[in-house]
Amino acid sequence: MRGAVMDKRAFALGGGLGLLWGFINAVVFGVAVTLIFGTSATLTGGAAALAGLAATLVWMLLDGKGAVSAFDKRRLAISVLTFAIVLSLATFFSPLGFALGDRPLGALLTLAALGGATVAAVACCFGQAGWRGLRRYKFELVLIRTLKGFGFVFFSAIVVFPFYAMLMTSFKKQSELLANPLDYSINLSQGFAELFSSYIELFMDFNFGRFILISALVSVITVLLTLAASIPGAYAIARLRFPGRTAFSRSILLIYMVPAIVLVIPLYAVFSQLGLRDSLLGLVIVYPATTIPVALYMLQGYFRGLPAELEEAGLMDGCTRLGVIWRITMPLSLPAIASVALYVFMIAWNEFLFAFMFLDSPENFTLSRGVVSLNSSEVPRQHLMAGAVIVTVPVLVIFLWFERFLVTGLTAGSVKG
Amino acid sequence: MSDISTRSASDLDLIAAAKRIGPIALREMRLAFAMLAPTILIVLAIVLIPLAANFWISVKPIGLAELRAAAPLVRERERGTLEAVGDTITVEYRVRSSSPSEPVTEVVIFDTLPPGLEPVETAPECVLTGAEIRCELSILEPKIQTRLNFAFTATQAYFDTGAPRLRDSDPTASGESDNVLTNFEFTLDNFAKVFDADEFWEVLWVSFVYTLGGTLGALILGLFAAQLMMTNFAGRGIMRGLFLFPYVSPVIAVAFTWVFLLDPFSGTVNAILTSTNVTSETINFLGQRGNALATVIAFEAWRYFPLAFLFILARMQSLAADLYEAAEMDGATPFQMFLHISLPQLIGIMSTLFLLRFIWTFNKFDDIFLLTGGASGTRTFTVNVYEQAFAISNLGAGAAVAVCIFFILAGFVTLYFKYGPKEEGM
Repeated sequence: MRGAVMDKRAFALGGGLGLLWGFINAVVFGVAVTLIFGTSATLTGGAAALAGLAATLVWMLLDGKGAVSAFDKRRLAISVLTFAIVLSLATFFSPLGFALGDRPLGALLTLAALGGATVAAVACCFGQAGWRGLRRYKFELVLIRTLKGFGFVFFSAIVVFPFYAMLMTSFKKQSELLANPLDYSINLSQGFAELFSSYIELFMDFNFGRFILISALVSVITVLLTLAASIPGAYAIARLRFPGRTAFSRSILLIYMVPAIVLVIPLYAVFSQLGLRDSLLGLVIVYPATTIPVALYMLQGYFRGLPAELEEAGLMDGCTRLGVIWRITMPLSLPAIASVALYVFMIAWNEFLFAFMFLDSPENFTLSRGVVSLNSSEVPRQHLMAGAVIVTVPVLVIFLWFERFLVTGLTAGSVKG
Repeated sequence: MSDISTRSASDLDLIAAAKRIGPIALREMRLAFAMLAPTILIVLAIVLIPLAANFWISVKPIGLAELRAAAPLVRERERGTLEAVGDTITVEYRVRSSSPSEPVTEVVIFDTLPPGLEPVETAPECVLTGAEIRCELSILEPKIQTRLNFAFTATQAYFDTGAPRLRDSDPTASGESDNVLTNFEFTLDNFAKVFDADEFWEVLWVSFVYTLGGTLGALILGLFAAQLMMTNFAGRGIMRGLFLFPYVSPVIAVAFTWVFLLDPFSGTVNAILTSTNVTSETINFLGQRGNALATVIAFEAWRYFPLAFLFILARMQSLAADLYEAAEMDGATPFQMFLHISLPQLIGIMSTLFLLRFIWTFNKFDDIFLLTGGASGTRTFTVNVYEQAFAISNLGAGAAVAVCIFFILAGFVTLYFKYGPKEEGM
C-alpha cells in the first residue's frame, strides 16, 4: 500500500518534470533556431509541455519493475515517439509552426531531437536508478538535479546570448537589423569585404588602428610602472620590519574602496590647469595609481608565502637586499608577477571613466574612448558593435589563454571591479 | 637607494633613538620606506590629495568654464598701406580678458616693429623704445575691450629692409589673475543646492536600492552558479571560463550590447517577448521609471555574479568531503546537507563578499552611466557627481556630492572593519 502512495508521488514528480523540460526545451530550441538561422520557429511552449508530460508518463510506465535500465533504447524510443505524436496532435499537425507535410524529414528529425532531449533530461534528473523507490532523499536529489539542469540552461543563455548578439550584429547591415531584430543569421556568400565592412570602415575611417596602438601602449606602460612600484613595496610589507607596517598593509584595502568618480573632479581641475588633461601622459599617471594598491596587495600575499630561508641564505652569502629581491624573490614569484601583470593590463585596457573624462581629441583616444565616440545617432549600430568586439576580443583571448593564472590572481587579490 | 634623504633620515634617527632601535633595524626601516616611497607618492598624489581636494572644491563657487585662468587676449589691426616714403599707417591693439567674469591685472603687452618707422601717435599707456612697444595696463575688466592706438610714417630705411609687414611679429600679452582653484572665495551654495533639491532623497533611495539589489543579485546568482560547478562533467573548465566572461569583458562593450538588446523598438529581447506572446506591447526596459532601475540592477547582478561565483566555488572546493559522508550515513537529505553543512561554512565568505560588493556597487559609476545616463529614476550618488559637475557644469556642486559619498563610504568602511573578515588574505 505504501509503495502505491509513493508511486503516486513519483508520478506527480515525473509529470512535473515532463511538463517543465518539455517547456524549457521548446523555448530554448525555438529561440535558438530563430537567433541562429533567422527563420522564426514558432514552438508552442504549452503543447510541448503537454507532450513532455505524456512522454515522461510513458517512459515511467515502461519501467518493467526495475528490470529495464533507465536509459534502455527501446524504452526511450517509444517515449520519444509519444512526444512527437502528442505534440503533433496538440498543434493540429504543425508542431514547428508549419504543416508536417511541408518538410517531413526535417520536421521529424527536429521532433525526435526535441523529444529525445526532453526524455533524456527527465531520465537524467531521476538518475541511473530510475524513478522507483522515491524517498525524501531521492526526491530532493531529483529536485537538485532539476535545478542544476535548469541552471546550466539559464547561465549558458544569459552569458552566451549577449556576446553572440554583439558578434553577429557587427556583421549585419543597419536595414536588416531594423527589419527583423530576431534575425542574426549572416550571409556568408556575400564575400569577405562585405561581411567585415563594419570592421574595415572602423579601421579606415575611424582610425581604430591608432586607438588599438594607444590602448596597448598605455596598458603596457601602466603594467611596467605598476610592477616597478609594487614589487619593492610588496616586498617591504611582506618581509621588512618598520613602524606602521600593519597599519600600512591594512590601509591598502582602504584605497580599494575609494570610488574613481570622486577623484575625477579634483584631477580634472588640476590636470586642466597643468595641461595634462587631454594627454596620454595624464592617463599614464592616473592608471598606475589605481592599479598599484591592487598589485601590491596581491604580491605581498604571495611573497609572504615564499620560504624566508632562501632569502636569508642569500643575505648570508653576501647579497644585498635588492640583490636578494632581484635574484631570489622575483624569479620565485614569476607566476604571481605574471598574473598581476596580466590583470593590470586588463584593468588598464578596460578602463573607461578616466579616458572618457580626460580625452577630448581623437588623436589621443584609447580604444574604449573610441568605442564610446561611436555611440551617436549618426554612426550605425553595427559599427558600435564591431568596436565592442574589437575591444573585447583581446581581453577574452588573454583571459582564456592564461585562465589558470588569472583565476588564482583574482581570488588571491579579491580584486576590484 | 637605501637612503631617502638626509632630512627624513635624521627624523628616522630620532624615532630610532626614542624607540631604542639598533642600527641594523634602522637600516631595514630606511630601506622599507625607500621601497614604499613610489607607492606612497603616487597614491598620495592621485588618490589621497584629490580626495581631500574635494572638500576644498565643494565650498568654492567654481564652474567648468572658470577652470582656465583668465588671461589677456590681444589682437592687432592695421589700417592703411605703406607704399612710399611718408605714407602713414595706423595700428590698433585690442585687449580684453579671456574670462567673461574675471578681471586680469598687471597686464603687459609686447610687440616689435619693423625698422624705419617714425611714430606719429602713441597710446598713453605705452612706451616706445627703439623698435619695441611695451604697454602696461593695471587692470583689464571683464567684458570691456581696451584699445591702444598708434600711427607711424614710413622712412626710406623701412623700404631698404624689404618693407616687412607689421603683422609679421605677433604681440604677446601677459597678466595676472585670480586662480579660481586657489583663491579664498568660499560659498556654501553647493551644499545647499545638493541638499535642498527634492532629488537628494530620491538619489539616496535609488543608490540604496541599486546597491542592495545589485549586491544580493550577484551573490545569489554566484552561489547558484558555484553549486553547478561542483558536479563533475565534461567541459567543466570551458564552462567556468564562460561564466567569467561578463566580469572580464570591457564594460563599454557589454553595456552597449545590453542597450541594443533591450531597445524598445528594434531590440531583440522585445522581439522575442512579443513574438512568443509573453507581452503584447514592447517593454521600455531602460527608459521607464521602475523598469530602468530593475534593469540596471539586473545588469549589475549579471556582470558581477562571476566574482561571487569564483570565491564561493573556491571556498566550496576546500570544504572537507568527510562531513558530507558522515551526514549521509546519518540519513541527511541533500537539502539538509546544503542547509546545515554547506551554508554555515559559506556564510563567512558570503558576508565578506557582501560587504565588499556592497561598497563597490555603491561606488559604481560606469554601468549606470552607460546604460541610462542616470535618467528614468536611476540616478545614484556617483552618477549625480557627473551630472552636477559636468552636465550642469558646476564643479563645486559635483564636489559637494562627492563629499557626501565620502561620508557615506566612511560609514560603510567602518562597518566593514568592525564586522568584516578578521582573517588575513581577504
